[in-house]
Amino acid sequence: MAVNAARDLPKAAAAAAIVALAFLPMAKMPAFYESFIYLIFFWVSLSTSWALLSGFAGYFSLGHAAFFGVGVYTTAALTTKFGVPFLITVPIAAALAALLAAGIGAVVFRLRRLRGELFALLTLAVTFVIATIILNTPIDGGGGVFMSAVPLPDLMPTQTGTIYILGFAMCVLTIATAWWVAHARLGLGLFAIHDDEDVAEAKGVPTFRYKIAAFALSAGIAGAVGGIHAMYVGFITVAGTFELTVGLYVVLMSVLGGARHWLGPAIGATAITALLYAFISGGEAIMGRAIVGLILIAAILWLPDGVIPAIQAWLKRRRAAPVATRAEVVPVVPTTAPQISERSILQVRGVTKRFGGLQALAGVDLDVHEGEIFGLVGPNGSGKTTLINVISGFYPLTSGAITLDGAEIGRDPAHEIARRGVARTYQIPRPFANMTVLDNVALCATFGGPRRSKAEMRDEALHWIGFTGLGGKEEVLPAGLNLHERKFLELARALAARPKLLLLDEVLSGLNPAEIDNAIRLVRAIRAQGATIVFVEHLMRAVVELSDRVAVLNEGKLFALGKPREVMRDPRVVSIYLGKAYAA
Amino acid sequence: MPSATLLGQALISGVLAGGMYGLLALGLSLSWGLLRLVNLSHFALAFLAAYLTYELGTTYHVAPWWAAAMIVPVMFLIGLAQHWLFDRFKVNELASLLITFSFAVILEVAIQLYWTADYRRFETHYSTMSIKVGGFYIPVLELVLCMVAGLLAWGTWLWLRKTYVGKALRAAAEDADIAAAYGVDHKKLAYLLSGMGAAYAAIAGTFIALIATLAPTQIWAWLGVVFAVVIIGRLGNPLGALLAGMLIGASESIAMAVFEPAWAPVVSFSVLIAILLWDPEWL
Repeated sequence: MAVNAARDLPKAAAAAAIVALAFLPMAKMPAFYESFIYLIFFWVSLSTSWALLSGFAGYFSLGHAAFFGVGVYTTAALTTKFGVPFLITVPIAAALAALLAAGIGAVVFRLRRLRGELFALLTLAVTFVIATIILNTPIDGGGGVFMSAVPLPDLMPTQTGTIYILGFAMCVLTIATAWWVAHARLGLGLFAIHDDEDVAEAKGVPTFRYKIAAFALSAGIAGAVGGIHAMYVGFITVAGTFELTVGLYVVLMSVLGGARHWLGPAIGATAITALLYAFISGGEAIMGRAIVGLILIAAILWLPDGVIPAIQAWLKRRRAAPVATRAEVVPVVPTTAPQISERSILQVRGVTKRFGGLQALAGVDLDVHEGEIFGLVGPNGSGKTTLINVISGFYPLTSGAITLDGAEIGRDPAHEIARRGVARTYQIPRPFANMTVLDNVALCATFGGPRRSKAEMRDEALHWIGFTGLGGKEEVLPAGLNLHERKFLELARALAARPKLLLLDEVLSGLNPAEIDNAIRLVRAIRAQGATIVFVEHLMRAVVELSDRVAVLNEGKLFALGKPREVMRDPRVVSIYLGKAYAA
Repeated sequence: MPSATLLGQALISGVLAGGMYGLLALGLSLSWGLLRLVNLSHFALAFLAAYLTYELGTTYHVAPWWAAAMIVPVMFLIGLAQHWLFDRFKVNELASLLITFSFAVILEVAIQLYWTADYRRFETHYSTMSIKVGGFYIPVLELVLCMVAGLLAWGTWLWLRKTYVGKALRAAAEDADIAAAYGVDHKKLAYLLSGMGAAYAAIAGTFIALIATLAPTQIWAWLGVVFAVVIIGRLGNPLGALLAGMLIGASESIAMAVFEPAWAPVVSFSVLIAILLWDPEWL
């Protein structure tokens, strides 16, 4: 009971605060206070909406003012020029801003090489373009727009009270949205994109769609906030609306509070707004700006993740109770011979891959049978990893066809291929750095496998963590694992997606002999579960021990194919590995 | 459609005005491209240098070049100090953007407290001098600026291409750890580069004092354009920065002559967006 009370207390306090704040305008306090609290709501909404894309997915936008400004001017133009009632203009403002973001996103997110800081400056550029267009067209025309003649609905006894309550509603809605996103599939996918976008895509996260969705949501909220703010400001100018500092303040507020946490931006926004207000009311507005600047420098240097994550980390250290371990030993492999059918699950036909002038794959044909362990060997640069990358959809095909279970997948995006049941591991492990081991595996279960409830995903993840011998490390961040454990985390992540076809890229490299034995047992156990395995490996002992058939690649072509012992004794194969002198 | 003379004059003034964009972009491009630090305070440092030139010139009657000779070493030291902070805290790209933004705000406040928010103009007889070539007027001051910017860009480019130190810097920008394994003292070079960046800001500042009207808020006026120039010119490429600056300056100036002056800001960003979307190999 005590535990429940402790857990319910914040909820009860939050509910009480919401009710109290909602009825505050009834108290008829001086309009001055309502304006001040409205400004806090305003900045909380704006910075929280910014974080939906930029904090969660790591694509920093410096152009939040653009979407906010589109909202401001939508409401301004519709109310003053067309006489549309104010409340109707707010959703229109949101829709227009969201549409603009979706349009920008649809173009820029297609650029594979789009780096974070380029996105930041591109959004900044968009802000200047939109500001100039509005300034030079009748939307503003350079003279500004007066809102004083626009009637406000009588939601509250006073005008400021009405604006206050609208700002409050927006603020609650925004934080609720942020909470929902952070706990939904969308948020999980965005966090993964933040850490490693390529891996997220390979694990089944539809990265392009998610980024656009987050961008549109983020911009839409900013647009609605802008619509309301138009009424608060009263006299709207382009210079005031598209001010550079708007875009930068939301970044600073979010980063200060913790941009990856749904409540972080709200904390940062409240702190900075209150601080600035304290200096303005003390007649030291200019000094206030400088001191806010100093505080931000200090915060970014000493709390790079923000206030909330710092507090969370501190709390975690305080109650560092060990997690209940569910260490399952590596399962015993059934002694019966595995069932390998003659049906091919994967067909590769005439696959070529060219990088500029370099022909990495020059027409490869392969058939992988259901249930077999298929070894892929060859000298460095022979195209093994490229083939894995092409099958998993990371590289687009230059020509050829790939079918999985009879369905053509060669032109599908990587996340589609992952959902069809192809999972892969990386030669150098690429875990999501800011997620615990459990979250890393659960994410792959969520996006790769069939749709199930959250609790089922968790159980699935715990099962595979135990299966790979990582039990007890569930709450550890990947940085706390050694290489051996990280390699096994790669396996756990791949397995959690319940793949039909598992692509293993040098899982054994860098392991010591005991660890290799362990890994070989594990690969057998995986096959016993019914997966088909294609594995790239340099370690010949493992290739011979594990694989049912081996394909040798050389210079992007299939060089030899057959039973491992026969292929490895083939003089031609020996010669490409060691040179002609050893072939005899 | 304006006359050919007007267009020609617009082109010349545009290219010369673009020299200033290029000069400001130079330091930014180096620190962003080679140190992976985005330095928003570059503009504030340039304006601090401009105000110092103005102060030395109006109060103590120091000639601008002597002022520059005094200010440049000071700025170099400020650049070193800034880099010490980045180095000490292992600041990444985005954090550097936020920190230097805060720096810029603090500098803006400092400038406003000392010189007030009023507009200031450093009147010299150079500012009106111009030479006439084939019917076109060429302002001398801007011509000198372009020559200085050209020399700095060319010199820096040669330094990066031809000398051991320059090559080491470029290697470290590609992969600091590997470069370190080959004996490149990345840290020392980074300090040198940061100091140079700030020194370039000081040189730009001296010209700003002579050409432009000073006000604390003007710090932010060129931010967007210059960043567009930095990207178009390719990060870390000094000659590219100067050429991109002149390209943007010329297109803005022609747009002003053909359409209306108010549309000028759209030009640089449209060029930037177009180039980013085109995504050519050299970017």
